[in-house]
Amino acid sequence: MNADSFIWWDWVDRHLGEIRTATYEHLRLTVIAVGLGFVLSLALALLSLRWRAARAIVTGLAGLLYTIPSLALFAVLVTITGFSTLTAEIGLVGYTLLILVRNIIEGIEGVPAAVREAAEGMGLNPLRRLVAVDLRLATPAIVAGLRIATVTTVGLVTVTGLIGMGGYGSFIDEGLKRSFSTEIVVGAGLSVVMAMALDSVLVGIQRVLTPWQRSSRHRTNLGYELPKPIA
Amino acid sequence: MSGALAQFGQYVTDHHHWDGPRGIPHRTVEHLRLSVTAMVAAAAVALPLGAWLGHVRRGGVVVQWLVNIGRAVPSLAILAILFPLSLRYGFGLGFWPTVPALVVLAIPPMFANAYAGVRGVDPATVEAARGMGLRPAQVLSRVEVPTALPLILTGVRVATLQVIATATLSAYVGFNGLGSFINEGFRQQDDAKLLTGAVAVATVALTVDALFVLLVRRATPWRMASARPSRKGTT
Repeated sequence: MNADSFIWWDWVDRHLGEIRTATYEHLRLTVIAVGLGFVLSLALALLSLRWRAARAIVTGLAGLLYTIPSLALFAVLVTITGFSTLTAEIGLVGYTLLILVRNIIEGIEGVPAAVREAAEGMGLNPLRRLVAVDLRLATPAIVAGLRIATVTTVGLVTVTGLIGMGGYGSFIDEGLKRSFSTEIVVGAGLSVVMAMALDSVLVGIQRVLTPWQRSSRHRTNLGYELPKPIA
Repeated sequence: MSGALAQFGQYVTDHHHWDGPRGIPHRTVEHLRLSVTAMVAAAAVALPLGAWLGHVRRGGVVVQWLVNIGRAVPSLAILAILFPLSLRYGFGLGFWPTVPALVVLAIPPMFANAYAGVRGVDPATVEAARGMGLRPAQVLSRVEVPTALPLILTGVRVATLQVIATATLSAYVGFNGLGSFINEGFRQQDDAKLLTGAVAVATVALTVDALFVLLVRRATPWRMASARPSRKGTT
């Protein structure tokens, strides 16, 4: 085995157990963050749709939070809440909010007024209208938000690993400290793989949830959706 | 926490922390140098290509695909992988391993917005421009790009904000920017130093963002007049 080689498969072989643990930790932090972030964002989005003032406050605060570098936020949080899942999740959930709230609001606002009136005319109460009509039609926008949020969170969990909270980032951290490229490549490579895998899972979920989009997509000569600009 | 705030106050008012290569001004300049380099490189790739693809109205799949991949790759992963390579091939610590990571981060928002902006220009407008005898390149530069400018600039703004915030990570591969305060503060358990880094980066990011808003307003004066009444979509 060449000591100078970029990746040392031997090392990978001997550390499969640790790799599995890190995968579990990374996935757990990501899923909790996106799940909690989604529930919170849904509540905040509904509030914002009802009250204009709430909307300004919510998007303003979420936007401000977004400018704080993740490394700084996590490092500062560690000094307050210590090394814990809580510390990681406060930051992670916070970063998902801006993306998710914005997309949920956009999705619900995009529901045509005629459809909403029809639902009202059919005698649906507000809650059922929200679940069966608004949220259902907003699904593409919401899933688009979830995809960005998930992919971003996988990357951010790598950063929390740098400050000792497990996951793939801990491999990168150790690899950088010991100048051992194998560990860096394993940590970085696996986080890319996880981001892409979760992204494909969400694409699959969207296909299942919005069958009407599939059939119409075949009919349009575009065959794809236009890349959505960032507002 | 109030103790930490008091220490933070002491730290930033101590003139030692404003002098020399480890001082706040020098590290701010370095941070900006890194961010600007990455932004210029990313814009040089993303804006012309995005606008051109939007102009010829094709390549949507490729754009979407590239944007998704670019978003899915964590910046830290790129910079970490490039670090040993950079050392091996003589590019050294810090600056060079970080630039590509930031470029990859900055490309998706600019690319997506340049493409969507130009492609979204009303076909009737493009048709009229062509009817007036403008050549394709002129249609792009005199009609499509100016019309798409607000979206294009929004993409640049989002990218800039992300780049400034993420350039912090460069401290992990030995770059002497504002991230160094955070990295050192964390390792030395010096909360004041850590807070200094966090506040400095956030301040730089917010300042640049505010300048951007002003710039966008000056660059697109026609927008201010029309923005108000047409708001709120009644479909």
